[in-house]
Amino acid sequence: MNFELLIQLIVNGLIVGLLYGVIGMCFVLVYKSTQIVNFAQGEFLLVGAWVCWASLIYLELPFFLGFILSLCFMAAFGVLLQMIVLRPMIGEPIISVIMVTIGLSIFFQALMKWIFGVSPQSYPQVFDTQSINIFGLNIEMAYLMSTIIALIIMVAFYLFFKHSKHGLAMRATAFDQQVAQSLGISVKQVFAMSWGIAATVSATAGVVIGMVNGVSDSLSIMGIKVFPAVILGGLDSIVGAIVGGITIGVLENLAEFFDSQYLHIGNMYDIAPFYVLLIILWFKPYGLFGTKDIERI
Amino acid sequence: MSSLTMRPCGDFRTSYKQDNTIFETKTIRYAAILSIIALCFAPLLVDSYFITLLIQISYLGIAALGLNILVGYTGQISLGHGAFFGFGAFASAWLNTSFSIPVFLCIPLAGFLTMGVGMMFGAPAARIKGLYLAIATLASQFIIEDFFARAEWFSGGSAGSMAEPLNLFGFVFDTDQSFYYVALFSLVFMFIWGCNLMRSRDGRAFVAVRDHYLSAEIMGVKLNKYRLLSFGVSSFYAGIGGALYAHYLGYVSAEGFTIFMSVQFLAMIIIGGLGSIKGTLMGVIFMVFLPEALEGGVGLMKMTDWGNIPMVVDGLAYIKEMAIGLVIIGFLIFEPEGLAHRWTQIKNYWKFYPFAY
Repeated sequence: MNFELLIQLIVNGLIVGLLYGVIGMCFVLVYKSTQIVNFAQGEFLLVGAWVCWASLIYLELPFFLGFILSLCFMAAFGVLLQMIVLRPMIGEPIISVIMVTIGLSIFFQALMKWIFGVSPQSYPQVFDTQSINIFGLNIEMAYLMSTIIALIIMVAFYLFFKHSKHGLAMRATAFDQQVAQSLGISVKQVFAMSWGIAATVSATAGVVIGMVNGVSDSLSIMGIKVFPAVILGGLDSIVGAIVGGITIGVLENLAEFFDSQYLHIGNMYDIAPFYVLLIILWFKPYGLFGTKDIERI
Repeated sequence: MSSLTMRPCGDFRTSYKQDNTIFETKTIRYAAILSIIALCFAPLLVDSYFITLLIQISYLGIAALGLNILVGYTGQISLGHGAFFGFGAFASAWLNTSFSIPVFLCIPLAGFLTMGVGMMFGAPAARIKGLYLAIATLASQFIIEDFFARAEWFSGGSAGSMAEPLNLFGFVFDTDQSFYYVALFSLVFMFIWGCNLMRSRDGRAFVAVRDHYLSAEIMGVKLNKYRLLSFGVSSFYAGIGGALYAHYLGYVSAEGFTIFMSVQFLAMIIIGGLGSIKGTLMGVIFMVFLPEALEGGVGLMKMTDWGNIPMVVDGLAYIKEMAIGLVIIGFLIFEPEGLAHRWTQIKNYWKFYPFAY
């Protein structure tokens, strides 16, 4: 048993899991406040990462300026997307809503491939040192930054929902749209805002992952990987999304480890989360923290 | 009233039999029969490229009808239909090569095998619905895709597997023209079967489950049975479509059956109209001809001076993908009930033509 590799993989899993948690949080945010399952979540990462890359390469901005510029762009992008495409879908059956976001995902994936090509591109060097050594473990600088950013985002989410007026409005809308509306909350604004926040935060995750692995089409797979995470936690629990994200991150690395050491099946890293997902749905159809649907006639 | 060539305005169905006919009027019935006869002569009239498109419409149409029974009639969601289609293709090739079962038996057997697999993966549907079901079927898509790449005994792994052409009483259907008749026969057969299924007790139970599953259960429709049965029927259709695809191309490779294919099937039935059998066919025709039309359009643009932009000409593959995404969004926003509904509206417009009120 190779303990060093195991621990390295678990740490990697924790770091990637935190990112899954962040993406999952955006997903849950959109689902909770607008009742839309966003299959285009991965494309938010993709578009954000490409926009940031383009602003660094073509506009030759310094990294932090380019990063902030792409975040502003993504906020506007999310809001516009909600206003143009998703507002007409309010009140439509679930299958239509799902298909609209799938359509968006196909469209933006192809658009990005068309504009930027299919080969992965790497970001210009941001940090002087590539990786640092903590307790004998190699941790890439970008991963360290991603952990810090992820933690900041989570704290910011908590403060925003607990203590700000808009956060309260969003919680009220998630609780009951009609009541929120009758109390003078602009539900439209809340919807647009939740999409804007989701797009911005996902783009941050996209840039971070792009810095480590390079920006390419494969970023959008993150949007699919997040499903096992949010299902594990329950679709409408933000804490659940974080817990689910970390669990899936560690789990896929463990699956990879045991596969490479003992089983030699191959491809476990990508496929293990989906087996877990099916098993969870068999035994706990509403996830670990999700609210049960109780229906009355 | 059914003797009239046209229906009067309003629905004047007075007997159960009238309510249950496949074709609403005699004219429609004759038109359907005539168009099938006309299609029989198609290989004599049109070139072979058009025939390949018609064959494509046939096998995709069969699979799409299965998905429409599941999504449009029973109200379940499946994001794994492309994988089931692929399973049918591999299963038929596998049965043929490993057990040397004749091909014309392999095709229905592959359908039943796929039905089993579909019911296995559809089993969570007994407990979950809506979004959770969508995500569960998404997982099954990835798991089956992974299985294709892994199981060399079944699918030949990354090399793919060969499928022999259909051979019936010594006659080998290995050209486009001869296979066209097989495809056309299967399409007509499966569509008539689909129509009849929807007129039966099981079909009505499907619709009841879709419209209000709690009421359906209270009225004695076994919910779990019909949800599972619907998954079974839908996978059976997917399997038959996939098997035809395999024996038409003669070669199956694991790369084709991705989530994108599942989305395309969903796009077909949404564009055509959920819960409409003729809409299914319309949607399939639309989706098969859309890339062709784009290619033709870009080809025309290339001939003019101002239209010969390298970015457009080289990026045709991406433009096709984008068009699929756009068409899905556009139909859902502007015509959520699909082409079948638009067709009814056009018919109504001409029925009252000068005096529409």
